[in-house]
Amino acid sequence: MAEPIKVLTSRYDQEDAHTLDGYLRTGGYEALRASLDADPEHLRTQVKDSGLRGRGGAGFPTGVKWSFVPQNSGKPIYLVVNADEGEPGTFKDREIMERDPHQLLEGILISCKALNAHRAFIFLRGEYLWPGIRLEEAIAEAYEHGYLGQGILDSDFDCHVTLHYAAGAYICGEETALLNALEGRRGQPRLRPPFPAVAGVYACPTVVNNVETICNVPWIIERGVEWFRSMGTEKSPGPKLFCVSGEVNRPGNYEWPMGATAREIVEVSCGGMMEGRPLKFWAPGGSSTPLLTADHFDINMDFESISAAGSLLGTTAMMMYSEKTSVVDAVLNWTRFYEHESCGKCTPCREGTFWLAQVLERILEGNGRHEDLQVLDDVCDNIFGRAFCALGDGATSPIKSSLQYFRDEYEHLIEHGRLPDGIEAHAGPITSNSGQAFPNHRQPFRAGEKTGEKTGEKTGEKAPA
Amino acid sequence: MSEDQVTLSVDGQELTVPKGTLVIRACEELGITVPRFCDHPLLDPVAACRQCLVEVEGQRKPMTACSTTCTPDMVVKTHLTSELAKHGQEGQLELLLINHPLDCPMCDKGGECPLQDQALAHGPGHSRMVDQKRRFDKPVPISPQIGLDRERCVLCARCTRFSDEISGDPFIELFERGALEQVAIDPEQPYHSYFSGNVVQICPVGALTATSYRFRARPFDLRSVDGICNQCSAGCNLRVDVRHGQIERQLASENMATNEMWSCDKGRFGFTAVAAPERFDAPQARTALGGVEPTGWRHALKAAADGLRAALDEGGGQAVGVLTGGRLTDEDSYAVGRFARDVLGTDNVDFRLRPSTGEERDVLAAVAGTTGPTYDDVERAQVVIVAGLDTEEEVPILHLRLRKAWRKRRQRIVFVGPVLGSLAPIAWRWIRTEAGGEAQVLRALAGDPDAPEQPDELDEVADALQDAERAVVLAGERLAESAGALEAAAAIAVHGIAGDTPAFAWVPRRNGARGAVDAGLLPGLLPGGRRLEDPGPVTQAWNRLPETEGLDARGMLEAAAAGDLKALYLIGVDPVSDFSDPRLAEAALERVDFVIAQDLLPTASTRFADVILPACAAQERVGSFTTWEGRRQPFPQAVPPPGLALQDWDIVRQLASALDVDLGWETAGDVRREAAPLMDAGVSATERLAAIELRPVEPPPPSDEEFPFAAVQLDWLLAERSTMLAGAKELLATARPATVWLNPDDAAAHEVADGAAVTVTGPGGEMELPVKVTSAVHAGTLVLPANAGEQSPGRLADEDAGGDLLRVKLAATADGDGDGGGDGGDGGDDDDVEES
Repeated sequence: MAEPIKVLTSRYDQEDAHTLDGYLRTGGYEALRASLDADPEHLRTQVKDSGLRGRGGAGFPTGVKWSFVPQNSGKPIYLVVNADEGEPGTFKDREIMERDPHQLLEGILISCKALNAHRAFIFLRGEYLWPGIRLEEAIAEAYEHGYLGQGILDSDFDCHVTLHYAAGAYICGEETALLNALEGRRGQPRLRPPFPAVAGVYACPTVVNNVETICNVPWIIERGVEWFRSMGTEKSPGPKLFCVSGEVNRPGNYEWPMGATAREIVEVSCGGMMEGRPLKFWAPGGSSTPLLTADHFDINMDFESISAAGSLLGTTAMMMYSEKTSVVDAVLNWTRFYEHESCGKCTPCREGTFWLAQVLERILEGNGRHEDLQVLDDVCDNIFGRAFCALGDGATSPIKSSLQYFRDEYEHLIEHGRLPDGIEAHAGPITSNSGQAFPNHRQPFRAGEKTGEKTGEKTGEKAPA
Repeated sequence: MSEDQVTLSVDGQELTVPKGTLVIRACEELGITVPRFCDHPLLDPVAACRQCLVEVEGQRKPMTACSTTCTPDMVVKTHLTSELAKHGQEGQLELLLINHPLDCPMCDKGGECPLQDQALAHGPGHSRMVDQKRRFDKPVPISPQIGLDRERCVLCARCTRFSDEISGDPFIELFERGALEQVAIDPEQPYHSYFSGNVVQICPVGALTATSYRFRARPFDLRSVDGICNQCSAGCNLRVDVRHGQIERQLASENMATNEMWSCDKGRFGFTAVAAPERFDAPQARTALGGVEPTGWRHALKAAADGLRAALDEGGGQAVGVLTGGRLTDEDSYAVGRFARDVLGTDNVDFRLRPSTGEERDVLAAVAGTTGPTYDDVERAQVVIVAGLDTEEEVPILHLRLRKAWRKRRQRIVFVGPVLGSLAPIAWRWIRTEAGGEAQVLRALAGDPDAPEQPDELDEVADALQDAERAVVLAGERLAESAGALEAAAAIAVHGIAGDTPAFAWVPRRNGARGAVDAGLLPGLLPGGRRLEDPGPVTQAWNRLPETEGLDARGMLEAAAAGDLKALYLIGVDPVSDFSDPRLAEAALERVDFVIAQDLLPTASTRFADVILPACAAQERVGSFTTWEGRRQPFPQAVPPPGLALQDWDIVRQLASALDVDLGWETAGDVRREAAPLMDAGVSATERLAAIELRPVEPPPPSDEEFPFAAVQLDWLLAERSTMLAGAKELLATARPATVWLNPDDAAAHEVADGAAVTVTGPGGEMELPVKVTSAVHAGTLVLPANAGEQSPGRLADEDAGGDLLRVKLAATADGDGDGGGDGGDGGDDDDVEES
């Protein structure tokens, strides 16, 4: 039996943890002091040996990523912190930045030291106003007290942090789209190669790491590789923040060692599923990870176990749904999200998500046809592995997995034109633009409304004279 | 196998390609066409359409062939051998079609549409999409020339990448995201590009269509004929599409040696004059009543011959003159050159309309009949020196080559002179000089120890020139207006650049200019750069040669105005509109006894004509044009000429017959056969240039208190006064508004703002225009539109100014409305060129 732990969340209960005083009082910036005289290569080796894997979703080993950065290119090296936490269901980084922003700054400083970088950018999700304020205050305080800037803590190490507010696009969580957006370009993913490690922001070597990943670094440096590896599994070591949401009694962020079971997390930390709402399906790591069912409740929450079950650990955003919830409805809700957030660059994602959303809507409206299930399946196949970036892949996950586990619910909808008794829909069909947070793609779109150009009164206007 | 090669296999066939080759290109080498939309061989890969999926052994997912580089021992399987690739391609095509309207029967692209073709070859037979398609307003005019139908767009980003990468016009971009992603323009900045037609041509669907061609024809009803563009000296290869004997459109043809796959809008859309209703379709001659009336060729030729004979009888060869324009083919130029010398016995022949200083002829004689540097030489050069030339306005496709070299190879482009103009965004260094003062800088770059002392900044350019393995000097025709500058530019190629590849190019603006030089349409110059006093083989080929050197264009017009010259033969030229001194041209035509005008359309000069001989447009004839490089490009006839119009060489031949001389030609081929050996120089230009003795450098003309500004007269690409663009409404709507370009400091000193109306006054007149404030003009200089305003700036000059530099003063126009040039400010004011 695993137990909940407090590492990254160790200061969450401390009222003033977000201030420099509060942070210093509980051992803050000790790891930085220890790192200032360290050999950068030694720091990189520590992180590599710790087995830390990226917490942004892909789980790529952080130390290996760092090792791709050419140290003698003659160009500056940049660290970019991906704080564009956009994956549906994910809110782990937000709480870190709100409650313990100095932890992130310390992680940035040590990482920069290790990478020989002197400038870091925090690419913060545009909607994260409160985390932004907390970060701004923390950065200002850190500069004031010599934790940032020239000659940090009287050493010869210089490091600057730039906080960049993103404009609110899911695609900008993709690291190359993020780099484009950071440079002021259109937020669309870039062709690789060149990889960011070689030519990232401003065509310079760049490491892009998730907030939670960076926050692990001071702990590894301070307490050592062995301590870090004492938590979690061989291939997925360390502590992990699980953001649990949905039909559970106490949704929230909970820190457990990697490899704790989903049931342990939900039952111990969240007080179990809500009364009368037994588990039906759940996403282990955000909406881009294939759905699992109640049969998977005892699965170990680590990269390798979840992969073996045919899903992905993702951002460990566990979204739990009960027997009362329509899986088709949930899937439509996510699919609308992907349709809206597709950047439009590549055909399969742009056109595929547009089509999928309409087919799902039609099925939920009771106008489904049996051949629609084949269409859903085929369109997903044509997106998965063929889209420009992982956004398209993610869009297919809920559809493919729900068809795998809950095909009967789709078929019931098609046969009977309604959901089985006792199952509720929340997303509902789109009938008009009202209540939509975004323009409905399927309504006639007047270009002039968006781009301000001159258009005719009605569609089908004749060629200009 | 060298290290620069990789060997891979595609569908079981092994092949070796240069390192860095994309898989899609390697497939093409084997004749395997992988379907694609966003891929274009001259644009950077973007891998957006995902149509070109292929299977690569060892890769989990299918790969896009357009963005995957060949690696050693790679095993590629295309749709021909891989189910995965085939499934992938079919799937993408189904997705591309879900939102594409099925309006092929009324779409201009239908019949030549890559989407249509590939849907037939690789796509499903029917659509499974039963839901609502994406809807947009259509068509949206993104410029007067181009309509955008967003519903047909497959968002391949070819147009936006062309604008970004090739032409550098940032006014067309992708907006919005997801299924709402769309091509759009800045509502404040119209898409006024000189190259916009290319985006229509490379659009893989019917989303971008040319207004002038909308609903005009089906591709399969068109007859396509090869053509060479007649609008400038770039020599773009065109495809002329003809239906019912009418030109419906022109497209750029691929010729990687010249225009690659592009053309400018003037070349593409500027063909309407061919079918203009005002075209001369019959000869005209003066009647006994005094008017000029249509007649037959026999009578018109007799009238022309009689007029010429009368002049010859009165004053000999000195009493007649021949002026030609930029429209003539090489064969015409040769025919006219021989006609003047051999038949008329005069050396009074000139194709130039600009004032020129003395040494121009020596330099032109040196390049006549030689070849190179070529476009490829220019692209490969590490350093390019440009002077007296605005590449985008004068030879747009050469501008694209420079831009390509700048973008891909960081070519160092150095401009010398007072007006940086369109080179502002790409120039590495700008060596500013006074107008007319280029010679000193150019001489210093040529390593002349006697050159006056130059600022230190020049050392950097000199060092770059020294270090460059290849360098090229591009001298525009305007450089001849600065004393000593043209020969100094040539001297750089001789003394300042290592290696023996040709390094000096004289870049004329008009397309017939280089052929005219090769044919010797200058006084004292015979074909192939031979001198009148040393004619070589020309003596044997021709019956006779004039004994004395003739007059240049200005000399002829002055002689005519003075009554010494009795007859003028104008071939494709309108001196009243185009000569740098229009008043002199008017006076000359008024005074001269007899004028023959051989042209396509009525002009300001044809009203003085006693005989009008109707000529063929370029598309109506066979012949060849020579590019600024010296590359001769023959072309066939595309459409029949109107009425009785004839080819220029043929008219000249018949006129010779009427004067009892048989020139012995039956076809343009006969002219070519006779001309070819004579027009070939037989020596290199560098050798000839080395023989030019450099004159002492004169300082630029002193400034003038009353007229503080030196006026540079720049010919713009698109000008409403151009008769050759008659009827090209949409094209002319994209012309840049006529403006006076002024340096910001001068503008501040005169208290005029961008867009304000100003009056420019010279010793002989004034003109009113809006001002464009731009740092691409040197202080003390202003730029006047030579061909774009209501009148020629030549009218500002003093009556007896000769060919001297025009000096003017400037004042804000009283009560001017000041809004005339509001959108003229695209001259690259904030571009990052370092100014020396």
